Amino acid sequence: MSLRRRVLLWFHDHPWLEAWALLAPGLTWLVIFFVAPLLLMFGYSFMPRDAYGGVESGFTLEHYARFFDPLYITIVGRSVVYAVVCTVLCLLLGYPVAYAIARAQRWRNALLFLVTLPFWTSFLVRIFSMIFLLRESGLINSILVGSGLIEEAISMLYTSPAVLVGLIYGFLPFMVLPVYASLEKLDRSLLEAAEVLGARPAARFFRITLPLSKPGVVAGSMLVFIPALGSFLTSDLLGGAKEILIGNLVQNQFTTARNWPFGSAASFVMMTLVLVAVSLYLRVRDAGEQMSR
Amino acid sequence: MMVESAGSGGQHGRLRSVPPVPESAASGAPRPVVEFRNVSKKFGDYTACDRVSFHVAKGEFFSLLGPSGCGKTTTLRLIAGFEEPDGGEVLIDGEVVNRKRPYERNLAMVFQNYALFPHLSIEQNISFGLEMKRTPKTERAGRVEKALQMVQLDPSQYARRRPAQLSGGQRQRVALARALVLEPSVLLLDEPLGALDLRLRKEMQLELRHLNKQLGTTFIFVTHDQEEALTMSDRIAVMSNAGIAQIGTPAEIYECPRTPFVARFIGETNFFEGRCTGRHASGWIIEGEGSRYVVPAHPQIAEGKQVRIAVRPEWLDVVAPADVPAGENHLLGHVLEVIYLGETLHVLVRVADKTVSIAVRNEGQLTRPLSIKPRDAVALAWKAEDCQVLEDD
Repeated sequence: MSLRRRVLLWFHDHPWLEAWALLAPGLTWLVIFFVAPLLLMFGYSFMPRDAYGGVESGFTLEHYARFFDPLYITIVGRSVVYAVVCTVLCLLLGYPVAYAIARAQRWRNALLFLVTLPFWTSFLVRIFSMIFLLRESGLINSILVGSGLIEEAISMLYTSPAVLVGLIYGFLPFMVLPVYASLEKLDRSLLEAAEVLGARPAARFFRITLPLSKPGVVAGSMLVFIPALGSFLTSDLLGGAKEILIGNLVQNQFTTARNWPFGSAASFVMMTLVLVAVSLYLRVRDAGEQMSR
Repeated sequence: MMVESAGSGGQHGRLRSVPPVPESAASGAPRPVVEFRNVSKKFGDYTACDRVSFHVAKGEFFSLLGPSGCGKTTTLRLIAGFEEPDGGEVLIDGEVVNRKRPYERNLAMVFQNYALFPHLSIEQNISFGLEMKRTPKTERAGRVEKALQMVQLDPSQYARRRPAQLSGGQRQRVALARALVLEPSVLLLDEPLGALDLRLRKEMQLELRHLNKQLGTTFIFVTHDQEEALTMSDRIAVMSNAGIAQIGTPAEIYECPRTPFVARFIGETNFFEGRCTGRHASGWIIEGEGSRYVVPAHPQIAEGKQVRIAVRPEWLDVVAPADVPAGENHLLGHVLEVIYLGETLHVLVRVADKTVSIAVRNEGQLTRPLSIKPRDAVALAWKAEDCQVLEDD
């Protein structure tokens, strides 16, 4: 019996091991490059900081305690609010787009291509291009002033709306694509069945289309909310110093401030926030499912 | 070699002597529930309905029968209001509804794939239409329960389940209950039995027919299965090429097919062709198929004209060439094959350049076997009136 055949037979007799054999390479990668650093950071977050940016041995909760400082409460609160507002606006803007693409016959692939087009350039470049748009001598202000609509340029850059605009711009495709995927699968005959049963357009949308696209809405919301909560580039470039978010905090601690233990603690605070928010979201969703009769 | 007369000669004669039912048993009714007046519908260059006209009486079980692409589904969708006609008028309860949306029409529909809402329970599925029509909440539960009972599903067992937890047959029943709970004036059914296995399909056929008679609801049923249409319908509209080839009762469609298409589509049939050479006491004399035979009078026949007739396998007898009953038409040939089908035997006979199929009643091949064997020289005999003169398609 050839070796190949023997290996195949052995896997056939041990299907459980076959699954592990398939998982092993990816799993190893994740353990080395994701789980290990995470545990390391978790350990750092409880250790005192030394004078040169490293850690000393010992145990302390001071890094977590710092988050009760109003300064950091504000940053955490602002981060959550921005992430939530960004998710909601992405949903409101992205759902109709996804719906239109799913309904489009001829232009569907072209439209999908356009949605993914921004990914062809670096996020950094795209955020910089927003600066050209928003700054006082930028395109929007030039047009508004030039057309005589306003007399003086509006300061748009380095404000909260600028940060939100940047966040929404960056994450909108992550909402559109999963919502599109679930709408595209929607069986048209269900809508026809509802229509014959007397459902007008609004009823068809809220009773059939929306509930059946919920998996896409949930996936899209997660894909927007989680990175939005941790984002630092957008707020850094479009928000300036006064719009600092938790992502900027983490970044600063690891780079300029050289306070790795506090940076680690901030990362875990952020992770906890994500977990709490996601589980709350899922609970609300499931409760809604039971109530919708 | 002696060949017995196979099959009982008198059998089909009796069947055929039933007086034909008038074109519509309900043509005297005050006004049809659904009416098409020269309705046309195109999709781009493709014509799905070409000046289709028919009417359906109240309480009727009306089938649209035809091969795929004949326009039957488009016709149903025009009734439902999913499609708007390009020409002509669609009337429901005497009112032109060309531009009315489906939710403005008092109809219900059972879809081919059932189209049950997967995120709603069976109860919610059935009550959906009631909610949309703003039926008082207090009334809904009772009506849902009644609808489930009507389709033989136990409400206590099924009401709370999801469609995914039901079998195909049960989903079919739920789809039916969801439609019937609204007490519509017309129920549209789009090949609803296609996905069921044979036994269940037969059962549902009878049940649908029963519901139609019991509720008095008009049923309009789309199918490509001729047997299904014959079993269930009061009247059948046979469709081909975006038009109606023939409308009539199952007996009319089967026994008096108007065109070769209808004759071929419904049941099995034999076509004989020939040229009319003169009058005969009861019709016309045709020369063809290497012989000469008589066909009944028909307005489209004239001397010298090419004539095509259809003869059903069970209207033909196989006899020894010497035993042809006096006055009957006959063609000579030889037996190719005898096929055992259970209820009947099919004898395939080669006549000139075509193969003719004759159905012989099986009287028990173990006790009274058929004496016909392949290669026997035989005659096919039929009475002049036991054929259909066909118009061109």
